[in-house]
Amino acid sequence: MKVVARDDRRSDQLFRHLSRNRLAAAALLVIALAVLAALAAPWLPLADPDTVETASRLRPPGSPGHPLGTDEFGRDLLSRLVWGARVSLLAGVGTAAAAMVLGVSLGLIAGYYRGWVESLIMRFTDILMAFPFILLAIAIVAGLGPGLRNAMIAIAIVGFPIYARLVRGVVLTVREREFVEAARALGSPDRLILARHVAPHLLSPVVVAFSLDVGAKILTTAGLSFLGLGTQPPTADWGSMLATGRQFVILSPHVVLLPGLAIFVTVLALNLVGDAVRDLLDPRTRAA
Amino acid sequence: MARFLARRLLHLGPVLLGVSVIVFLVLHLAPGDPAEIMLGANANREDLERLRTQLGLDQPLHVQYVTWIGHVARGDLGRSLWMKRPVLGEVLERFKATLLLTGTALFLSTVGGIALGIASARRANSLLDRLSAVASLFGASMPTFWLGIVLMVIFSLWLGWLPASGMYAPYGGGGLRDLLAHLVLPAITLAAASITIIARLTRAAMLEMLGQDYVRTARAKGLAERPVVWRHALKNALIPIVTVVGVQAGYLLGGAVLTETVFAWPGVGTLVVQGILARDIPLVQGGVLVIALSFVLVNLAVDTLYAWLDPRIKYN
Repeated sequence: MKVVARDDRRSDQLFRHLSRNRLAAAALLVIALAVLAALAAPWLPLADPDTVETASRLRPPGSPGHPLGTDEFGRDLLSRLVWGARVSLLAGVGTAAAAMVLGVSLGLIAGYYRGWVESLIMRFTDILMAFPFILLAIAIVAGLGPGLRNAMIAIAIVGFPIYARLVRGVVLTVREREFVEAARALGSPDRLILARHVAPHLLSPVVVAFSLDVGAKILTTAGLSFLGLGTQPPTADWGSMLATGRQFVILSPHVVLLPGLAIFVTVLALNLVGDAVRDLLDPRTRAA
Repeated sequence: MARFLARRLLHLGPVLLGVSVIVFLVLHLAPGDPAEIMLGANANREDLERLRTQLGLDQPLHVQYVTWIGHVARGDLGRSLWMKRPVLGEVLERFKATLLLTGTALFLSTVGGIALGIASARRANSLLDRLSAVASLFGASMPTFWLGIVLMVIFSLWLGWLPASGMYAPYGGGGLRDLLAHLVLPAITLAAASITIIARLTRAAMLEMLGQDYVRTARAKGLAERPVVWRHALKNALIPIVTVVGVQAGYLLGGAVLTETVFAWPGVGTLVVQGILARDIPLVQGGVLVIALSFVLVNLAVDTLYAWLDPRIKYN
């Protein structure tokens, strides 16, 4: 019951924080709209995103039947942007979540058990961090083969070391505290100690890191798609739309401007919300 | 200092070994036969056999690694299947272009970021400071490749001020002027996000330093504002700044792949991407290895700079 009460207070705080911080509230609204549109795409009155209509290629925004115009194959841009949101948002949230789960698990194990397990895990993360992250992601995709699924796997692998380091640091301080020692003295199994006594301390730092990470992951996925290593045609995805539209940028700038704008606005909104979450949960920035 | 450097160089060994293992393993991740992936589905059996022997794919994985690392240590990165040339020569040639681009971008972002950060810190909450905060938010949210395309459309296609792609003009180019003209847009694109990050961090570090007692003392003894800011505060704010500049150097080396692709800049990044699409594993391995090695060296340089900047870091 106590836990529920505390959660209520947190959500109350978040609500109050958002009502004071109008920019973050607007950003949350933008994200909610994007997620809603992405989820509802199959039921929205949109043209088929993959139907080719060569007669109406590269129509400008405002054309009859195509409110945002069409691309180089005459496909409806609004529809492709909405369907592309499904791919881009899923990729952002999915890769950040996978990186978080992997990183948190390894960080917990490293910080709690110490010894050679810790050395092994932390040296491995050090080596992964010795690469510029997008380059390592590219190398992994090169090994697995281009495609959205492989790009997502690559980005998750490249992303986990940050969480592992963060979590290990927190666990190292928590494991020496009296309540953990007491639980150990009472004979609680490691699993229970980790889940009940250590994990709650990770919640704030991990939520903050995650909320700031989703936007970065969307940018990275879009980057890989832009290089031709992520989503493959004809699937719509903001990064690949930008890549194919590039050749037509002189005649029809909207083909490139719109998907870029979609990425920019979404990631900006995610970063604003991430900042707000950090201000709320991180006592250091709150004090400042 | 010499002992510190020697110890850091010793640490370098395991990291380099790890990096080489990852580069090697990653490209052997594919569930299928690399020879088949490289030659495509239509390859005949003899060609597959020949390629397998040529690449040593008929050996166990650890033997393949030892053979490969032995060759790498002797400067032999193998032959590119697609270009039919030794990988090392090709990668080093392209690396010059990448180094020029990332070096220029790093210079721009360091000088621009520190200048902007100091200006923001000296006039906290001014219009400039707020603009710089908005810019940093935009910088973190804007896809680099999109910014590149937008700049290209405005400055090359509409205004016609700067060339849109490549490193030299195809006809009659080749001089320093030509190179610099081609460098402007890619370098600004690559540097944009880093400038704002370095600026925000410099601002925070400078605000902290300008509030310290020794700065008040310096001002109280009648020192002019310029030496107070530049000699006293900045010198002590440099440690976090150097850290973030080091991180940004790695980001720029990686991010160069996207910028190079937008502007058809003939660097290692475009080479690696072309290598992946052409399924040329030795070429990709070589390119990734060279960039990763240079990133490791950048980190070493940053550590050395710390020791030089802060004598309290007593190298143990």
